[in-house]
Amino acid sequence: MSIANVLLVDDEVPFVEAMTKRLTRRELTIFTAFSGEEALERLKENATVEVVILDVKMPGMDGIETLRRIKAVYPLTEVIMLTGHATVETGIEGMKVGAFDYLMKPCDMDQLISKVGEAAAKKRRHEDKIIEARVKEITGRRE
Amino acid sequence: MESKEKILDRSYYKSLTRNMALIVIIVSFTPMLLVGGIIYEQFHVSYREKVYAHLEELVRKNKQNIDGFLKEKLGDIRFLARSFSFEQLSDEPFLQDNLTRLRQEFNNAFEDLGLINDEGVQVAYAGPFKLLKARYSEADWFKKAMMSQYVISDVFLGLRGLPHFIVAVRQNHNGKYWILRATINFQAFNSLVENLRIGKTGFAFIVNKEGKFQTEPAFDALPDTSFLDDFLKTDKRTKDGLYISEKTCSSDIKCIYVTALLKDGEWLMIYKQNSKDAFSELRNTQIIAFIIFFMGGLCIITMTLILSKGMVDRIAKADREKEMMNQQVIETGKLASVGELAAGIAHEINNPVAIMVEEAGWIKDLLEEEDFKEGKNLGEFQRALAQINTQGKRCKEITHKLLSFARKTDSRVQNVQINDLIEDVIGLSAQSAKYSKVAITATFAQDLPLIKVSHTEIQQVLLNLINNALYAMEKKGGTIEIASQLEGDNIVITVADNGPGIPKANLPRIFDPFFTTKPVGKGTGLGLSICYGIIKKMGGEIDVHSVVDVGTTFRICIPVKENPASPSK
Repeated sequence: MSIANVLLVDDEVPFVEAMTKRLTRRELTIFTAFSGEEALERLKENATVEVVILDVKMPGMDGIETLRRIKAVYPLTEVIMLTGHATVETGIEGMKVGAFDYLMKPCDMDQLISKVGEAAAKKRRHEDKIIEARVKEITGRRE
Repeated sequence: MESKEKILDRSYYKSLTRNMALIVIIVSFTPMLLVGGIIYEQFHVSYREKVYAHLEELVRKNKQNIDGFLKEKLGDIRFLARSFSFEQLSDEPFLQDNLTRLRQEFNNAFEDLGLINDEGVQVAYAGPFKLLKARYSEADWFKKAMMSQYVISDVFLGLRGLPHFIVAVRQNHNGKYWILRATINFQAFNSLVENLRIGKTGFAFIVNKEGKFQTEPAFDALPDTSFLDDFLKTDKRTKDGLYISEKTCSSDIKCIYVTALLKDGEWLMIYKQNSKDAFSELRNTQIIAFIIFFMGGLCIITMTLILSKGMVDRIAKADREKEMMNQQVIETGKLASVGELAAGIAHEINNPVAIMVEEAGWIKDLLEEEDFKEGKNLGEFQRALAQINTQGKRCKEITHKLLSFARKTDSRVQNVQINDLIEDVIGLSAQSAKYSKVAITATFAQDLPLIKVSHTEIQQVLLNLINNALYAMEKKGGTIEIASQLEGDNIVITVADNGPGIPKANLPRIFDPFFTTKPVGKGTGLGLSICYGIIKKMGGEIDVHSVVDVGTTFRICIPVKENPASPSK
């Protein structure tokens, strides 16, 4: 049983590969994508993805734009932003659009794992609440 | 190279000074010389004319005097000769009577009287000498007198052996000539001329055509016979017979000669005076004028030199300031472009570094598997990986600092009371200050206006400066004084330490990115360039004054009013 299902999005292939191996080893299920468009496709294919780790700076569709689209389609999916630089602006912007958190690249593995865990937990909590609400609704209807 | 430039600079300013001084001196001297020269020339000419006129007048008067004297004496004798007959005058007592009367009348001008017959024998005589029966038939004056009605002789010694001259009048009696002769007192005549004295060297004398003195000259003044010829023959005489000329009279002295013909051209009165003496007043004026000119010239030259030196110094100063300003402009431009470059590089480097770190992490993960647990180099592998990880983090730090230098972390702009902020920063640094044995003191100006800046950015700047100071004084300890004050529309914060100071060679570079004096690995060389970027963005100024072994002072100037150029979010 993996801790979480994670989609890793970065245009740097070697980075994605190394991270995949490391995160898989830490009992995460990793899906990979090398661009914003690809990330959206993966999400479409795999509904089980709980957390997206998203690089901010990518050619083509950039991180913020991808984040916006992901949130539009899958509002419950949590997104952790990876920024290349210490600008708070990008982080803040990401948070405004709905990112769970942001980390600076290269990031500490333990920190990343714990963030992913939190994000996944949050998502599950939300999902649980929604399910609970639905159940209540349904049971309420029956009553 | 630099010294060569300095030498070039110095010679440039020197030639500038010289040119300026020369132009001013020429411009001020030229009119002075022209006006002075013209006035001097005019004055010289008119003064000379005046002196000449004066001398001419004097000589003319004397000539008239002398001519008058001679005429008068002649007239007297003529009157005597006409009034009385030969017989009457032959009577010696009668003659003596007349002489006495004449002497009384003319102040002893007459010395004696004598009556001479046509053979030249003195038939009657009245006077102090015993000259009765004296024979004059061979005397020049007698011969002349026999030929003309009257004669005035040149001065001669004659029978008595004393200088004198004779006035003789011829009369006809019964077909025979007789002559009445009077001797004129030489002293009386001489005094007429002798009294003509001007200045120290001006005197007059009379010569006859042969150049023999007819009066006693006051000085030894035998004129050159060539002069005499000149004087006699000149046709430049005025209508009353005056001639004035200037000639070299001895070795190098110039003299003025004024000559006048006397006694119908037989005698020549010569007035002689040293030019120097005659123009002594002109000379005095000349000396005074020269002194004034010299002093004035000296003043002009001194003032010109001082002024042009001062002026050029100012120009040099202005040039230096301009150069410094240019350098600052270049500096700012350089920093900006370096910032952009740094941001680009940081981005590009960040990804590969991230990959390297992750790959190293992956190897580390793999090492934990059973297969490797037994490997004898396991410890070494782990150490190497840890090192890769550490260095990767260091790279990250550098790139992040670079990026923050290029793109300011825009924390929210808010109203900041600078004194509180400084207080906070001092609190943050207190611990590390204690370790460095550094005392941090703060002097605040009260009632400072709030400024609209990013709280964290100012904090960053102050922390950077304090950390630098702490690092500099790590070994010996010291004090850091932070002060805030209001200067016009700016709030000025100074951070002054009494540490070792910054060497002059390093001063211009301290704000450059990557410039650091810390050992490798300890500093990125970005702290101050980030400070610079932050302060510049606020529209403020940051500068540094440092003296080695005395200390370093950073001065931050932040405008109170929001800078319209800065982005207001």
